[in-house]
Amino acid sequence: MKKALLKFFERIEPDKKKSPFLHTLYDGFFTFAFTPGTVTKGGVHIRDGMDLKRQMVHVVFALLLLYLFGMYNVGHQHFVALGQYPAFLSGFHLKLIYGIILMLPIFVVTHVVGLGIEFYYAYKKGHGIEEGFLVSGALIPLIMPPDIPLWILALSVAFAVWIGKEAFGGTGMNVLNIALLARVFVFFAYPTYISGDEVWVAGLEKIAAGAPAHYGWIHLSVFNPIFESFGWAIYDPAATVVDGYSGATPLSLAFHSGWEAVTSHYTPAQMWWGAIPGSVGETSKPLIIIGALFLILTNIADWRIMVSMLGGAAVMAMLYNGWGATEFMNVPWYYQFYMGSFWFAMAFMATDPVTATSTGTGKYIYGFLIGAVGMIIRVLNPAYPEGWMLAILFMNVFAPLIDHYVLQANMNRRMKRAKASA
Amino acid sequence: MKNSASKAIITIVSMLTASAAWAQGTTGDSGGSSIVLYSLISVAVLVFFFIVVQVSDSLLVIESKQSGAAASGANFSLFPSWKELFAPRLPEYLQHKPMTILKRGHDILLVGEAAKVVDTGITAKTYAVQPVNFIGISPIPKMLVEEGAEVKAGDPLFQDKIRPEIQWVSPVSGEVIAINRGEKRAITSVVILADKEMKYRKLSSFDLEGGTREELVTYLLDAGAWPLIRQRPFDVMADTDEAPRDIFISTFDTAPLAPDLSFVVEGKEEAFQKGLDVLGKLTTGKVHLGLDGRGKQAPSKAFTEAKGVELHYFHGQHPVGNVGIQIHHTKPIGAGDKVWTLGVQEVIMLGRLFTEGRYNAERIIAVTGAELKEPKYVHTYMGAKVGDLIDGNLSNDHVRLISGDVLSGAKKTAEDFLDFHDDQLTVVEEGDDLTVFGWLLPSLNTPSISKTFPSAFLPKIKFRAETNTHGEKRAFVVTGTYEKVLPMDIHPQDLFKSILVGDFERMEGLGIYELIEEDVALCEFVCVSKQPIQHILREGLDMMREQS
Repeated sequence: MKKALLKFFERIEPDKKKSPFLHTLYDGFFTFAFTPGTVTKGGVHIRDGMDLKRQMVHVVFALLLLYLFGMYNVGHQHFVALGQYPAFLSGFHLKLIYGIILMLPIFVVTHVVGLGIEFYYAYKKGHGIEEGFLVSGALIPLIMPPDIPLWILALSVAFAVWIGKEAFGGTGMNVLNIALLARVFVFFAYPTYISGDEVWVAGLEKIAAGAPAHYGWIHLSVFNPIFESFGWAIYDPAATVVDGYSGATPLSLAFHSGWEAVTSHYTPAQMWWGAIPGSVGETSKPLIIIGALFLILTNIADWRIMVSMLGGAAVMAMLYNGWGATEFMNVPWYYQFYMGSFWFAMAFMATDPVTATSTGTGKYIYGFLIGAVGMIIRVLNPAYPEGWMLAILFMNVFAPLIDHYVLQANMNRRMKRAKASA
Repeated sequence: MKNSASKAIITIVSMLTASAAWAQGTTGDSGGSSIVLYSLISVAVLVFFFIVVQVSDSLLVIESKQSGAAASGANFSLFPSWKELFAPRLPEYLQHKPMTILKRGHDILLVGEAAKVVDTGITAKTYAVQPVNFIGISPIPKMLVEEGAEVKAGDPLFQDKIRPEIQWVSPVSGEVIAINRGEKRAITSVVILADKEMKYRKLSSFDLEGGTREELVTYLLDAGAWPLIRQRPFDVMADTDEAPRDIFISTFDTAPLAPDLSFVVEGKEEAFQKGLDVLGKLTTGKVHLGLDGRGKQAPSKAFTEAKGVELHYFHGQHPVGNVGIQIHHTKPIGAGDKVWTLGVQEVIMLGRLFTEGRYNAERIIAVTGAELKEPKYVHTYMGAKVGDLIDGNLSNDHVRLISGDVLSGAKKTAEDFLDFHDDQLTVVEEGDDLTVFGWLLPSLNTPSISKTFPSAFLPKIKFRAETNTHGEKRAFVVTGTYEKVLPMDIHPQDLFKSILVGDFERMEGLGIYELIEEDVALCEFVCVSKQPIQHILREGLDMMREQS
């Protein structure tokens, strides 16, 4: 098997001089298939088995469950709006296929654009293809609304990778989190596509009673005949949004009319398990927590950031409970964790090692401040009832400052010791 | 002052508690309220007494620290310490000993540990002294012998051009058969074909009691013993004109497959103690001995009962046996400090100058590694030829020979010679093979600190490590991995970055003086981005050395 694969690779290897770009591509795929046979030179003679590929791919593993659930939930929300198959598991094939049809292009576009830029720079700078985008590319589809137009997605990914990463020197050099940069680009450039009550449910003309559902030829001419041949239910092109349905997310409900309004639409259990509208990957809290635990147990993400972020958000939410000036502040502090994308931001966004603080003490401070600032934005900002994206980007900028003071403390300690002994 | 303030606060608090309870008690009219009152008062009294006891107890502990009594490791508190209650019981030899427990670090367990037998049948034919082993000397030393010259063991071979008083002597008697030169005509090695029967240069005796430090230094320089001493910071040749602040010796080595120094020192206890006596005279401070506090068995008596030195026990994982880590936790090196370090076998050689009156370069080398038929200890002399030591012992010929351990040793061929300070030869397989989806596979034979390998759940597993890099070089991405294996109050990643940008102030501030290559070798091993950490550190050290 290995020999055949090697032979295949040998045969297709492009000429390095004639087509350097193709060779960079080839090299990327070759090192993907084989760990190269390079040996240590000078320094240590044996090396730990961990490399960046392995590190990054384990983050992707942690996201797999979210992909599965997210895709299904996209379909589920669509049918809930139409008043069909209200039970979570009924209409299983319809919901799953609907989600896959929606998510696949998003995933492909993200990777084609992102990896394209990455490959181009690898070729231009003459280094191997770095693995940074493996994680960013897996994260971006999960934090977008399901109906995001593909050209906006492409634009945002290009902006994030180009301006956010390559302009700073490539993987490991970026100041801001790439995935969040892509999202914040959409947020500021095309706000109507990523905020409000309309965008979190896919495939509807608009959210109003009687608005028709929208299906493409792939639903009607490819899958409907297949389902029919099995005798299963099919997509109904005549379906319309039911009376009284609003696509509002728990956060916007809570912001305008408090916890009562939230519970009149969604039960706490529903919010916790994730059968609610929202960005694709953020809704299911237990699955995110499983992913987070996986990252902590494998030592890939730092538990200090996660724990202190949880602490920061909880403290801030309790303070709001004490203050109680608005309806939103009066939401019991523990219910704040049932809404929005706190868990996803905590597990996968704040822990990005490149943009977080690098010192141990710094990580506690960094995480705590993200928690606190994010909660401030969520509760006080009237324009947009979620804070983690902005809080994390904000603290990304401050991370070097936090590290500076932690290191300065270490340097002062050393200086003091030298003075004491002199 | 503080004490009286805290007393006042306690009194007020307890009065307030009592009065609040009283007020509650009087407003209530049922019989239950008096129970509440009394129980509150009794709790307040108990808390009060507890605080009094606690305060006086802390004062006792502070006092014992100030008087220096706590340095013996005994617990002066009234209460048993957390450690005493929950830590595993210390073995007999560690009771009431000053002990440093380090949590961070990582032991790499490899196959091929040397069997506890010393093979005296193996004799290397050629030996070499290699000027390239020393930092801080001129690359082209002044030769004192020519090719073809007959030398006795202890006869000078060459001297430093910058400090001509420092000279290197022959480890064996025989004929100088080659003076090899490398780049820019730097001398890489002076090779001696050894006699069957060793002849030694007789040294004049020296009165250790009566002689002054200057006389002792002159005597050691003449005997050729000066290169045995290494000086920190920078790991360079020791200064001849300045006494070190302290001298540190680690009596155990935690590197992969490292020799058991308690075994090596057997039968040489007298020479070891003599060496310590000599060192005691060379420093204005103290001689510190780092002892192994990990095992159930006490280390050799030569170490535990050494006289005229300060003993420190250490417990933890590699690199706890590195002298640099021990210095950091005993008396760290600050700017301007100079300390000396020696290995155990170097101390023994130093002692033999006085007990035997000759430069006796005999040493015991641990020949280790999974690719050997028979890993064992070998009795030979300093700078022995690598090929001679493993002759007929290899089970595989696609191997890498390493003078030293797999983390900080030097790559050698069979024609090369062991480095001056090394007491270990390691043989591992060359891993220049491609692995299909190697970055994904849960391999069982890859040493790692990562829990993404199943071996993380088999803590006793031993690896047949090979030299594959397991990935390509990348920019620094991951944070926090270096800290896990460097048990020092140092931020390694930021230090390395400050070296890369050449920021002197930061390098000094972040503690570059406290490190040499072997201390950060584990950082390089675990580096996810496959950065050449030891090389980076040495560049930084060179920059700092040029500055000073």
